[in-house]
Amino acid sequence: MRRSTIIVMAAIFGLFILTWILRSTSLASVQEHYLIGGFKVTFSAFLTLAILSFLYKDNPFYKFAEHLFVGISAAFWMSMGFWTTIVGNLIPRLSRSLSEFFQVPYQPGSYNFVYFIPVILGIMLLMRLSSKYGWFARWPLAFIVGTFAGLNFVRYLRSDFIEQVSATFVPLLVNWQGVEHFFSNFSLSASGQFVAIVGNWVIFLGVICGIIYFFFSKEHKGAFGTASRVGIWILMITFGASFGYTVMGRISLLVGRITFLFRDWLGLIS
Amino acid sequence: MKCRSLIAFLLVLCAFTLTGAQEGIGPPDSISADSTRGDSILPPAPVGNLKAWDTDDDHGHSVTLEWEISSDDGAGQNSVLSYEIFRWTPFFMDTLKGIRNSLAQTEAYIAELQAFLPRAKKRLKVHRKGEPGVGFADSVAFYVDTIAASERWLPLHKDRLGQLRRERAQAIDMIPQAHKSYPEQGEWRKVGTALSGQTSYVDAGVKEKVSGDYLADHADYYYRVDAVTADSTIRTSSEIAGPVQSYGQFFNTGRIPVFVAVIVFTFLTVFFVTKARRGADLYVRPLAGIEAVDDAIGRATEMGKPILYVLGLGTAADIGTIASFTILGRVAKRVAEYQTKLIVPCYDPIVMTVAQEIVKSAYLDAGRPDDYYEDIVYFVTQSQFAYVAAVNGTMLRELPATNMYMGVFFAESLILAETGALAGSIQIAGTDQVAQLPFFIVACDYTLIGEELYAASAYLGREPILLGSLKAQDYAKAAVMVLALLGLIAVNLDWTAFTDLFVVAK
Repeated sequence: MRRSTIIVMAAIFGLFILTWILRSTSLASVQEHYLIGGFKVTFSAFLTLAILSFLYKDNPFYKFAEHLFVGISAAFWMSMGFWTTIVGNLIPRLSRSLSEFFQVPYQPGSYNFVYFIPVILGIMLLMRLSSKYGWFARWPLAFIVGTFAGLNFVRYLRSDFIEQVSATFVPLLVNWQGVEHFFSNFSLSASGQFVAIVGNWVIFLGVICGIIYFFFSKEHKGAFGTASRVGIWILMITFGASFGYTVMGRISLLVGRITFLFRDWLGLIS
Repeated sequence: MKCRSLIAFLLVLCAFTLTGAQEGIGPPDSISADSTRGDSILPPAPVGNLKAWDTDDDHGHSVTLEWEISSDDGAGQNSVLSYEIFRWTPFFMDTLKGIRNSLAQTEAYIAELQAFLPRAKKRLKVHRKGEPGVGFADSVAFYVDTIAASERWLPLHKDRLGQLRRERAQAIDMIPQAHKSYPEQGEWRKVGTALSGQTSYVDAGVKEKVSGDYLADHADYYYRVDAVTADSTIRTSSEIAGPVQSYGQFFNTGRIPVFVAVIVFTFLTVFFVTKARRGADLYVRPLAGIEAVDDAIGRATEMGKPILYVLGLGTAADIGTIASFTILGRVAKRVAEYQTKLIVPCYDPIVMTVAQEIVKSAYLDAGRPDDYYEDIVYFVTQSQFAYVAAVNGTMLRELPATNMYMGVFFAESLILAETGALAGSIQIAGTDQVAQLPFFIVACDYTLIGEELYAASAYLGREPILLGSLKAQDYAKAAVMVLALLGLIAVNLDWTAFTDLFVVAK
């Protein structure tokens, strides 16, 4: 490591220790020990800035934050999986002695031999660790993929097929009471008749052209190709609107972190 | 004079008392439900034509009631505020409730005792080790006695628990029999309320027998609906509907459209898969993103840099992830042929296991099993942004020539794609998550939009099953267009018979 890097790192650590001390003094009245409270805020700010430093380039602070985050989350989810799924859900339904060992209330009424099936499948998955019996692991995998594919088949046919088809059944002339009435009450307001009619036409044509774009067994040429191009325009306009909407959400997340830095850590804003 | 005054006083008192009685001043329990003593509210007209039947298309344990609103609901006196639904309930249900309560208490007591015993034994051990003295001796004696008593009581309570469970099971089995005693040995009990204007109510219980909300199937139920005014004592009861029994149906008729769609789609798939297996040439139009895969692998080989393949955050059961597995197989085979490095960080442990199998098979198919090593596919973490942080770090440290994002993605899509663009990698993405597609489109060189991801797996694999299902999907899309057109005509001409065919029960 270069000398300048060491100096920069030492300076940053010194700065954070200084802010820790300064922050701790302002937390003296809080119930939690002020040094611990100060450390929590300062360390959170350090990790926030370490992650944000990635915008500049990969650096030791980012690596530290990344490895800490990955390590803690991996351990946390493994621990959660064990204590909530195996200990919390399975053991109380299978064994009284194991329930007593893990100090969870035994549920004798809910005993069912079916619960042994996931236990067996789980053990079969762990057989991967054995080079000789590793092939056992393919059975639970096939079970998982096959079962969910079958379940999703019916679910998707309902939600993504039939319900979408019926959602396309829209009147193309909404509240139509003749040409004269249409022009005499013409309005560009969102709740007006004109906008409703245009909206329904866009839905119908958009669906048809969008579906044509997703035809894979026919070349997109001629009128078919034109409809396909209209379909991709509609998709892109939709994606543009979705992009803008989501970016606004991300901005609010950034505002949240900046608020944390300037209010909770530096105390510059109230 | 005195006598006359006394008589006059007594007469006034009598007159006052009589007047008070005529005005209805009296204790509340003297009021009958159909009383007409209200000053301004008269009893409302009852609901009409009350019907009760087993709820259609369900697993049982539910009864549906329907009635015609009272003529004083929204009209007439306009005095009906709500309807109260009553079910005739045998007193036997109170016995069952008592058993359930005793059972719950006994279970709680046993759990408490079981939790207490190890703690008490621990404390006893501590006190026995303590300094000899009066206090400690007393504590030791106390704990010894308590533990002994608890251990003596525990088996007795467990026996009692077993007995109560047997009693509960017997009582539950007797529910249909108990309902046969109508109208003796029971009473009307309120089961729900419907607002004025409402003409139906579903009395739904649960199917778990141990639950207090269990509504037994095949028991004779009787219902009554009261039209209730602002003064809840002024109400009128309907005629009684019943007996009605609840039971489960084998087939949910509300989902017939789904059943038909499943049959049609299955037929199309089997037909085209068979056709493809017989060697028919099924055309699939070129997909730019997939055409670019081979070029991207070639680029990575020339540059001597790895290829990063991200399977996303989906589980092994997600269709997008399953499609991604096929593409990974193809990419891994080509990578093995070109002897390029492949990196596959995984979010889900099951996905990792499947991906390892696929990559291993691909290396075997390419004739290079020795080049395969387990760490090509590795698990990172199941925390979304920790995973992103790790993949981003890998991108900037390994500087892969090509990044491929195929599968199910969520909020991490833009972060990954932006970092990849920053690292100067060629990027090919594909997802069926509509909300994430915009981010891939703006930050990646090629993007497979929605169903193109599924088509890509068929296009690359060229397997008859995948090609056949792709062809079937195209025919299903054609059917959608035709149906949409017909539905449009039907809606505009008010042909509800056609549009109703597409109403699916939840």
